Amino acid sequence: MYETNYHRAGSVADAAALLAKADDGKLLSGGQTLLPTMKQRLAAPSDLVDVTKIAELKGICEDGNAISIGAATTHAEVAASDLVKQKIPGLAKLAGGIGDPAVRHMGTIGGSIANNDPAADYPSALVALNATVTTNKRTLSAEDFFTGMFETALDDDEIVTSVSFPAAAKSAYAKYPNPASRYAMAGVFVAQQADGSVRVAVTGAGQDGVFRVPEMESALASNFAPDAVAGISVSADNLLSDIHGSSAYRANLVTVMAKRAVEAAS
Amino acid sequence: MGVDGIGARAVRKEDKRFITGKGRYTDDMTAQGMGYAAFVRSPHAHAKVVSIDSSAAEDMPGVDAVLTGEQLVGDGIGNLICGWMIHSKDGSPMNMGAWRAMEPEIVRFVGQAVAVVIADTAAQARDAADAVVVEYEELDAIVDAVAAMEDGAPQLHPEAPNNLIYDWEIGDEAAVNAAFEGAAHVTKMEITNNRLAPNPMEPRAALAIYDTAEEHFTLYTTSQNPHVARLVLSAFYAVAPEHKLRVIAPDVGGGFGSKIYIYPEEMVCLWASKRTERPVKWVSDRTEAFLTDAHGRDHNSVAEMALDADNKITGLRVKTVANLGAYMSLFSSSVPTYLYATLLSGQYNIPAIHANVKAVYTNTVPVDAYRGAGRPEATYLLERMMETAAREVGLSPAELRRKNFITEFPHQTPVIMCYDAGDYSATLDAAMAAIDYDGFAARKAEAASRGKLRGIGLSCYIEACGIAPSAAVGSLGAGVGLWESAEVRVNPVGTIEVLTGSHSHGQGHETTFAQLISERFGLDTDAVSIVHGDTDKVQFGMGTYGSRSGAVGMSAIVKALDKVEAKAKKIAAHLMEAAEGDITIEGGELKVAGTDKKLTFTEVALAAYTAHNLPDGMEPGLKEGAFYDPTNFTFPAGTYICEVEVDPETGTTDIISFVASDDFGKIINPMIVEGQVHGGLTQGIGQAMLENAAYDDTGQLLTASYMDYCMPRADDLPAEYRLSTHETLCPGNPLGMKGCGEAGAIGSPPAVINAITDAIGSNDLSMPATPEKVWQLCQTTTKAAAE
Amino acid sequence: MAHVSMVLNGKRVSGTVEDRTLLVAFIRENQGLTGTHVGCDTSQCGACVIHVDGKAVKACTMLAAQADGTEVVTLEGLAKGGTLHPVQAAFREHHGLQCGFCTPGMIMAAVDMIERHGAGNLDEATIRHELEGNICRCTGYQNIVKAIKAASDEMAGLQQAAE
Repeated sequence: MYETNYHRAGSVADAAALLAKADDGKLLSGGQTLLPTMKQRLAAPSDLVDVTKIAELKGICEDGNAISIGAATTHAEVAASDLVKQKIPGLAKLAGGIGDPAVRHMGTIGGSIANNDPAADYPSALVALNATVTTNKRTLSAEDFFTGMFETALDDDEIVTSVSFPAAAKSAYAKYPNPASRYAMAGVFVAQQADGSVRVAVTGAGQDGVFRVPEMESALASNFAPDAVAGISVSADNLLSDIHGSSAYRANLVTVMAKRAVEAAS
Repeated sequence: MGVDGIGARAVRKEDKRFITGKGRYTDDMTAQGMGYAAFVRSPHAHAKVVSIDSSAAEDMPGVDAVLTGEQLVGDGIGNLICGWMIHSKDGSPMNMGAWRAMEPEIVRFVGQAVAVVIADTAAQARDAADAVVVEYEELDAIVDAVAAMEDGAPQLHPEAPNNLIYDWEIGDEAAVNAAFEGAAHVTKMEITNNRLAPNPMEPRAALAIYDTAEEHFTLYTTSQNPHVARLVLSAFYAVAPEHKLRVIAPDVGGGFGSKIYIYPEEMVCLWASKRTERPVKWVSDRTEAFLTDAHGRDHNSVAEMALDADNKITGLRVKTVANLGAYMSLFSSSVPTYLYATLLSGQYNIPAIHANVKAVYTNTVPVDAYRGAGRPEATYLLERMMETAAREVGLSPAELRRKNFITEFPHQTPVIMCYDAGDYSATLDAAMAAIDYDGFAARKAEAASRGKLRGIGLSCYIEACGIAPSAAVGSLGAGVGLWESAEVRVNPVGTIEVLTGSHSHGQGHETTFAQLISERFGLDTDAVSIVHGDTDKVQFGMGTYGSRSGAVGMSAIVKALDKVEAKAKKIAAHLMEAAEGDITIEGGELKVAGTDKKLTFTEVALAAYTAHNLPDGMEPGLKEGAFYDPTNFTFPAGTYICEVEVDPETGTTDIISFVASDDFGKIINPMIVEGQVHGGLTQGIGQAMLENAAYDDTGQLLTASYMDYCMPRADDLPAEYRLSTHETLCPGNPLGMKGCGEAGAIGSPPAVINAITDAIGSNDLSMPATPEKVWQLCQTTTKAAAE
Repeated sequence: MAHVSMVLNGKRVSGTVEDRTLLVAFIRENQGLTGTHVGCDTSQCGACVIHVDGKAVKACTMLAAQADGTEVVTLEGLAKGGTLHPVQAAFREHHGLQCGFCTPGMIMAAVDMIERHGAGNLDEATIRHELEGNICRCTGYQNIVKAIKAASDEMAGLQQAAE
């Protein structure tokens, strides 16, 4: 790791100020992706601003018909939350399947979505559940937030503060992990709203990160059953391809995981 | 602990320190004034080193020195050696290119060191290593061994035209040709044995301490064989004379072969310690380990098997291309020859075998012995062939094997080995019973009702361990003898220290070896210490690899124990005024048979050291040494059966059951033996389903971390391996031991692949059987079934 | 430079380190507790698992500065008054270790796992799944799984006896 300067922020405003002062500062949340990247000298921020001790960024609360999760809330906390388990079981399950237990004790929802790794789990939940991302500057819809592989709409000095998930009538996530890294090779989040409308979002497979599958959504809106998506496949053209799985294989996994997510949600 | 003799499931004496965080591994060692080494490594697979500019690095904080290969060569440090001479079939010696610990002229694999920085902290050393500017002129690289032999392929070493190291053969080609002419059926396959990275969890490390006054070096290092390391560092690398070099391999966190070799980094630490006059430490990170630890396997073979009308095997023809990487590592030459082709007869009576092996240079990290070393490659080839032949001729896989089993011993194979003892039907029967082979059809039907494809696969392996008679390996080209030494020191108070040349890096020698002494003298295992891993304490030893510590290392201890026992009995007889032949040892006491006269072991030991009343002419003391040289290899063998379920939608394979029935000869501690089998099976399953060290066409390693190299994890494996053992004693050593360390890794890969191919109905599957590969084949077979 | 202070295995310790210093380096090099190991660079092998404020974390993926003000327990701090923790004892009893290098992380992960699920509530499949972040090359995991199950069950018995 290159030398860096560590700062512990006491508030969001404090964090923003520290970030503004830094040459090439980065927010440090759980650090479960950033620190390994820095250890391999693939990232060299001049300053790290630790936001995990900021009380206002932590915690899970009910907000009308939605659940609001502070950016510095860990995956383990989301997975263990009775509120999340009751209102959006698919989200709790997803959080409980990120990384491993030790990673889930540190990794946070804010850090995960700000990094927007194409193989991360959370982006699929945000998009399928039509979540809203709140920052220190504005609120954005999930679809506006994720702009491409490792790319988000965040400005350099913008800090995610919370994510609000509207409760879903039914939700589930099914992922096929990369055998080595255990990141998603294809992860599909399926959410049905009270009005019967359905969103299907895919992570792990797309070259540009998370994407929706409109054909599956309309099929499921009229018939929320595994068979409804079993025959729908996504084009392999824009999917990732690597030593672990070709784009054609990933396309197959998208269909199979969609089917299994619907089955789990039903 | 208590008195735990042969056969006791004694819990391990060494565990206390490991479970309380008190283990002492090389990276745990420190020395006053220690500096840290960081290597400057080539990012190119093949390139000329044009220039090295270290000026910026030298000015960085904490930097003591930046040293290059040119300085190393200038100081007279020798090239790395290969310790086993192989001659090609035309009689010419193998073509070996020079391998320098840091390369001044042409780098030949990604990760090869060209310079080293010594600095006050590890971070400063790394910072400065990144600031060393090396100008390279890139050359074309070649990573595929078969393509490397073609005309026009990039050439690695001038000594090896067409990158060919040797073109070796074994067996009677004419006899094999005749067998094929008269064959009723011929099975032919192309078989790839995938390349693996050994991955002991402790990365390699070294701490070199140079004493300027004594001109003496101490090296703490992650070695399976510290004495061999000292020998090679002294005699060939010219680092220091042997008496000025102490090598200590303290607790070592796994080896699996990869810590046999004396690598550039350890040697450079010694040299740099003298150059900088301070202790120098280097600890590999995991990516460095992937780039520089010797890899294993990497064979491409074409095999043909001839069967007669009665389905008896009449001949086997094998052509293998072995990728040895960019340089010849310490034992690399022996792995695809004498450790491989000599096992191609398997458990079968095959009258004629011919194998041709071409070893080839490529722009990849050197390949050497990894758990099993040659024998997994032979077993995979033969057992894939047997399963395939059975399918082709319409016999059950068990039946074809049984029909061809060797049943009389000794059995001379056509490829050097003379099997001494075994009962192959017994282990096959036991494994088939354990997995309820007869019930498989019903289980397959039940799985099909759930949309799953169930398959079952066998593997009947044999291996050669306990390597080996020194004269025999010498005649085959080995540069060293492969005996082992032991010294049994009885202290005046009757406690015992056993000094052994074997090295434990997970095998539990401190317990198993103590059980031998406990058995012999009826002493508590707590009264016994096993001393190993230090060239200043143990006079000499050949180390631990090739499952040799039981059959060879413990045999040396037995020889020394025999001498101690004889002397103790002489003393006891003298003290109790009895005939020597009447003395028996029981429960820690020496007794005169038929009387109530007795002395404790402690009393006899004390008498030996006070020397007040010893038999006339007897030297005081009770300490004996022995060297043991085996009379033959040992031949562990057994049957493994794997049952899998494949999800055709994703290609996911779940291992539902795995049974192993092994014949390891005499077993000292069954608990430890089972642990060895569990670990071996897991590495074999890893090879079959998960692991692959993959280079791209330019020689970049694609799997240089656990993000891409798939290590077996707890949830990749079946709920329980079910093991059994069947004991036929090895006649070649005093305890009848055969060795158990590698069997699991040797026998399991073909069982897994035979099971998966059985499940999916396609035989065209290479290792690792990744979900995508299996899914692709399911697509094909499902389509074919529909048509 | 960062001044770091924490309670390590029950003792208050402090030190001044570079900001980039990882917690594992602080523990091993600054505090001389070498029971916590480093086996990879990508936060996957789990040899470095320790407890920070009662939760299992990977000490190689946390800066020492982040741990300022926390309570840290490493393998060295697990046995109390010379008595092995039931998980330590079970690893020995069931031969859950060979070379010992992954063992510190395995044991610390196992203790955390039992605490989260509740003693006596772990089955074989759950344990295997929970070990996703701990790699062992020697044992094939079977005896590790057995040891954790046995410790979990034994701890449930101890709890019951205490009630």
